[in-house]
Amino acid sequence: MITSRRPSGTPLNAKNWPNKSMTTEAGHSVKLKYFAWVREKVGLAEEDILLPASLETVADVIAWQRGRGPEFAEAFASGKRVVRAAVDRMHAKPEASIVSAREIAFFPPVTGG
Amino acid sequence: MPVRVQTDDFDVAAEIAALTAGRADAGAIVTFSGIVRGEAGGKPITSMTLEHYPGMTEGELERIEAEAHKRWPLQGSCIVHRVGRLLPGDNIVLVVTVSAHRQAAFDAASFLMDFLKTDAPFWKKEETADGERAWVDARDSDTDARDRWEPPAGS
Repeated sequence: MITSRRPSGTPLNAKNWPNKSMTTEAGHSVKLKYFAWVREKVGLAEEDILLPASLETVADVIAWQRGRGPEFAEAFASGKRVVRAAVDRMHAKPEASIVSAREIAFFPPVTGG
Repeated sequence: MPVRVQTDDFDVAAEIAALTAGRADAGAIVTFSGIVRGEAGGKPITSMTLEHYPGMTEGELERIEAEAHKRWPLQGSCIVHRVGRLLPGDNIVLVVTVSAHRQAAFDAASFLMDFLKTDAPFWKKEETADGERAWVDARDSDTDARDRWEPPAGS
């Protein structure tokens, strides 16, 4: 399920799209979003944050999240309740790159329909 | 090929009429409506609340719909998904497919629902009569249903 099937070059059509991705020596500025029980556990719907420049993949960001405090450790705990991710609004595997990401979202497996 | 996410209810007949107005070539229309069940795991539920990822949801639904149009000769289609607080018996989701013949319309409607279930970023929370609220877990059977289709190119 975590694959990027939207053809590259598909325009992103939403409002409030962060208009830049800034990476400096200090870090990589991105918007992080949280949904469903991930949102409830971390206590945030979204945040603008400077990620350490050493983080390169979705898995790196998840590992880093676990060190941000008990709420984050709980939300991102490895185990049965797996957190999925999207990079710039497309499903992303753990090994997907985040180096040019503007928006990274974390959420449970989807349950619509 | 409209895709809509809305809190309001939808009207199946109106959606069909909008897709088929002025067309003489539409020989088959399939609609699928998803409805809030009144129970979960044997316990009655009092409401279901749907959350989604604005921006990504529309993109995913459009991508899934475009993929269906690549695979079947559809003359039209629509996907409407509700969000917010819904009650047992309420409509949740509508898929309509229009084609010259029934098989394409049936297959495309199944395909749209199977991919919507596993790829569109919606999450359901159920509330039971005792006030307990719980996020619905994803089902392996939904992934199995999606995986019976040939994966889209480039996936």
